[in-house]
Amino acid sequence: MGKWSRRAFITAGVAAGGVVVFGVAIRRGDRSGKVRGLVAADDESLFDVWLKIAPDNTVTAIIPHADMGQGVHTALAMMLADELDADWSAVRFEEAPAHKEFANYALARAYSTAGMEFPAWLIDSVDGLFFRATQMMGLQITGGSLSVRTTGQLAMRVTGAATRAVLLEAAANEWQVAVAELSAAGSMIRHQASGREATFAHFAPAAAELPLPDKPALKSPHEFRIMGTSPPRFDVPPKVDGSADFGIDAVLPGMKNAAIRAAPVFGGRVLSVDESSIQDMPGVRKTVNLGDAVAVIADGYWQAKKALDKLAVEFSDGGNGATAQDDIFEQFARELDSAAAGGREKDDFASGDADAALAGAKQVLEAEYRVPFLAHATMEPMNCTAWVHDERCELWLGTQNPLGFAQQVAKAIGMDASQVLLHNQYLGGGFGRRAFDDFAIQAARIAADVPYPVKLIWSREEDMRHDHYRQASISRFRGGLDASGNAIAWRNHYVNKHDPEEAPHIPYAIADQAIVYSESETHVPWGFWRSVDHSLHAFFTESFIDELAVAAGRDTYEYRRGLLADAPRFLAVLDLAAEKAGWGDSLPDNMGRGIAIHRSFGTIVAQVVDVEIVAGKPRARRVVCAVDPGYAVHPDNLVAQMEGGIAYGLTAALYGEISIEDGAVRQSNFHDYRMLRMDEAPAVETYIIDGGGVSGGAGEPGTPPIAPAFTNAIFDATGIRIRELPVSKHELRLKDVEDVA
Amino acid sequence: MITLSINGESRALDVDPSTPLLWVIRDYAGLTGTKFGCGIAGCGACTVHVDGRPVRSCAMPASAAVGRRITTIEGVNHGSDGLHPVQQAWIDEQVPQCGYCQSGQIMAAAALLESTPAPTDADIDKAMAGIVCRCGTYPRIRKGIKRAAASLANPEASEAGSG
Repeated sequence: MGKWSRRAFITAGVAAGGVVVFGVAIRRGDRSGKVRGLVAADDESLFDVWLKIAPDNTVTAIIPHADMGQGVHTALAMMLADELDADWSAVRFEEAPAHKEFANYALARAYSTAGMEFPAWLIDSVDGLFFRATQMMGLQITGGSLSVRTTGQLAMRVTGAATRAVLLEAAANEWQVAVAELSAAGSMIRHQASGREATFAHFAPAAAELPLPDKPALKSPHEFRIMGTSPPRFDVPPKVDGSADFGIDAVLPGMKNAAIRAAPVFGGRVLSVDESSIQDMPGVRKTVNLGDAVAVIADGYWQAKKALDKLAVEFSDGGNGATAQDDIFEQFARELDSAAAGGREKDDFASGDADAALAGAKQVLEAEYRVPFLAHATMEPMNCTAWVHDERCELWLGTQNPLGFAQQVAKAIGMDASQVLLHNQYLGGGFGRRAFDDFAIQAARIAADVPYPVKLIWSREEDMRHDHYRQASISRFRGGLDASGNAIAWRNHYVNKHDPEEAPHIPYAIADQAIVYSESETHVPWGFWRSVDHSLHAFFTESFIDELAVAAGRDTYEYRRGLLADAPRFLAVLDLAAEKAGWGDSLPDNMGRGIAIHRSFGTIVAQVVDVEIVAGKPRARRVVCAVDPGYAVHPDNLVAQMEGGIAYGLTAALYGEISIEDGAVRQSNFHDYRMLRMDEAPAVETYIIDGGGVSGGAGEPGTPPIAPAFTNAIFDATGIRIRELPVSKHELRLKDVEDVA
Repeated sequence: MITLSINGESRALDVDPSTPLLWVIRDYAGLTGTKFGCGIAGCGACTVHVDGRPVRSCAMPASAAVGRRITTIEGVNHGSDGLHPVQQAWIDEQVPQCGYCQSGQIMAAAALLESTPAPTDADIDKAMAGIVCRCGTYPRIRKGIKRAAASLANPEASEAGSG
């Protein structure tokens, strides 16, 4: 495990290339003053920018991340409260305003925690994960499963411990005793010898005047009292009575509503708008031509939507109007062919000499896999309320990237970022989509020329057709087996690399590996999609290793075991999933069982799926999930995230397909972009291993293994190897097999 | 102008009666707990009760609800101080993630328990399949419905159990 150091940080920061890392310096003592007016009342004591204590002894954690269902507010407050030795029943949270002091703190903190153990996943991949990590921390982004791992470890825990230290110091000063004679528990400080006891609140005003220590001692896991438990989440009660305010629920005095239609083909422009077609419609206020989209403002949303539907608009296709999905896959295949023929592949990972090993192999397997574009389809369609008034722009919306949005909105309407005030609301699903600011910029531009606030709501069709999509890709493999069936060579060539860097890498001890890629751009906008590149590569690699096992005539679980002998954490997770699933027990004839394992965002997840084939359709009946996140801060929330990640990935594996037709997205709504529903959802059992070290992510790692575990189970049941997602495309073939059986 | 009975209250609203009930509830009655998801009755986020039965309010013109009892998430506890047993079960099982679909899930579950006090898994599948949850809270929704059913069947026992 590498040690965090200022030097390592600076080196990595430079390598990250232009990320705003160095505008930050620790300014001890004056940081809280910069944000005090934003977050604290006069009688509250503020400690740095993350923690305040009220006269009634309530502790409030100030959380710089958005809640989109991942329970981050609760988990981060737990980390702070535990180090503080606070009374959990009197801990609250507030979401931090979109302010740079909150954005940059975790990075700034990193300077001052030299010597603190820092996660290896940051150290070992400067160009990939580290880049993403610094970018996300630096920009107050919620994503990359990073909230607990960075803000939690570097801001919440450190601030909690540092505040505890100054509270003890203030108590020692007042009582004229040594700090060592004092103890803290339940938001109280006690002097054992004299029996004196007083609240944190009593000492808070004096403590807030003391300098916070840079390197407070943090607890070891065996000392945790709040972390590792599963208190009810803060955000649940308002989500059961309709009172939680999502972006779409913003209501302002005099507000109007807008509906929008963007050029259907990416890259297209508005050629003409005939406003006369709607001018007499009730409630209609204004038509706004944004160049690549047209919006109608009306009193009510339904009036705006009806008018927009009737509005005659002509769009250009940006030269992309002839492209079809098959063209895109053919383009990918051609690029792979020509890059391979010309030796132009880009190196991703190499070990030994894969080509020589393949040449000497007893058996060589080849396979090609394909995955389609995917939309996020958050339940809350994109929306943003904008009000441009008094030389500023106020925004109400749910975003994973408040500072980035504020900057881009300011740029789009000719303001300074300081003039944009962003009110982040609950996110009705994020999954990466709400890191992209297109809808906020539209809302601000629409509102810029009118004297009233405007709520822009995308229709579901607009949301489906103007997403930032998980990439489509092709991945080709050649695998070599020796005479005993052992895997000795792994060659993988795939299309388009984003991140994280290590997504295509395998944990298996195969000596000779060559992982390479080629780039082939399309006109379809790319976006982060829950687990990003892991979502495709886990399907590719965990399917192909399954193929090697089958070719070797071995059990697919045992085969993986053999290749993980030197990876004890992987092995423990794999074994736990297999054991709990009853691997090796017999199943009915129409059922199959599959396994897969993948590490992403610092967390190792193995899943075993039991699939039933009914009338040619596969149904996942049961998923057993084993997960090692290092340490589970809130175990029940980790379980919930595994359940959610599995449903998200299973939906994509079974149904997910965005296809391009005449340059535009063919799908439009939930009837042709299907979702997993209650009657198709498997039972999920999750088992946690606290493997030690720094906490890995929770929001994303549940997604990658489910597609291959599911298709490996289908293979077990039917003998059909699914090499192209979604599975629903393969319905007839499954039926054939069932008929034969 | 249209007059609707929403959560036991008669509301005179200045809106075109052909407007979908969803937008009347949200934009004119000011009750934002009912959510817009798809506009084609395909996701159930907009589910409310009309005369006690679950309907997709995005696909029902407001005129069709005139003279009928409309109940939204804000009124599902029928004016009592406490939560509806389904809402309490949702907290006890920590069901919601992002929470956006949960008003619709709770309304559908409450209607199910009204008609089928002891639902089987198949009953739950049938009643709930129309409501999409993108966060994948289905296993907890199932548990929540069973917990609420138990609590409705024996209120005192379940109160003692959870207390």
